[in-house]
Amino acid sequence: MTATAAFLLGVRALLPMLLGVAPFGIIYGVVALQSGIPPLAAFLMSSLVFAGSAQFLLAQLVGAGAPALLMVGAVGLINLRHALYSASVAPVLAHLPRRWKLLLSYLLTDEAYAAAIPHLLAEPRSPQAHWILFGSGFALWFGWQLATLAGVLVGAQLPADLGLDFALPLTFIAIVVPLIDSKPRLAAALFSGMVAVLLVALPYKTGLFAAALAGLAAGAYLQGRQTA
Amino acid sequence: MSQTALLLLWAACGLLTFAIRYSFIALEGHYRPPDWFIRWLPFVPIAALTAITAPELLLVAGQLDMGFGNARFWAGLVAIAVAALWKNTLLTIGSGFAALWLLNWLQ
Repeated sequence: MTATAAFLLGVRALLPMLLGVAPFGIIYGVVALQSGIPPLAAFLMSSLVFAGSAQFLLAQLVGAGAPALLMVGAVGLINLRHALYSASVAPVLAHLPRRWKLLLSYLLTDEAYAAAIPHLLAEPRSPQAHWILFGSGFALWFGWQLATLAGVLVGAQLPADLGLDFALPLTFIAIVVPLIDSKPRLAAALFSGMVAVLLVALPYKTGLFAAALAGLAAGAYLQGRQTA
Repeated sequence: MSQTALLLLWAACGLLTFAIRYSFIALEGHYRPPDWFIRWLPFVPIAALTAITAPELLLVAGQLDMGFGNARFWAGLVAIAVAALWKNTLLTIGSGFAALWLLNWLQ
């Protein structure tokens, strides 16, 4: 496979996902403006942070006036799942020069990983395999920039009472529910949700971290009992 | 926050996100993550994202509210059912918004 063919294969694998990503990017732009973020900063977040659900959360936390350290921590918590993708693609990229590893790490999103990984696993020894991941990553990056730019441009014209900030919980539901395929995972969600509701009055949303830890502990305990 | 402060905040969040994505790619050949870490990583998004979502759905002005007046709770249930059945992001978001607007319109 040539580099060009591999790149185009990656782009083609990602294209259907842009159907879901484009409206999401537009809504992000609108929500960011409604949180009081200036249009230029809202657009630049898409290249500086480049992580859809984290950008939503960050925009809403800015709107709520949360402390900076908490915002960085929350973004880290949400994006920690990308470490799993990093571990998964690492063997395929091991032979590449550092500049390629840096570029592909920046482009390593849920969608790019999901689009490219079947092809990477099918041809792990192709010397051009990294071009597949680059094709998927670049296609998503480009689509995300265009969609958020559109959202920032039309956002000012939309009425504020559409409840568009509801897109964040809906997105998280769309991510989390399909992940729940076992009792320990269900327990992690239920405990985390319960503790978050009970501790919501704690200052600076610190209850979120306690709740996430409670969910992890509940899941870990049940999983340990199942495998023991 | 000023525009400069916002951009600095974006940069900090972006660097952290990049570091997470680069972590095991950079370490490949020098370090293998322990098995328990790889096993537990999938629980992180479940616990973290549910902690953010549950209060948004269940609380109105800080009080638990599962009555019909809380449209977000019922719209969230619709979205959860759609996500469980079809595992489709766009369909989940679309059905949640449709339910929210319908409930708000009925009230």
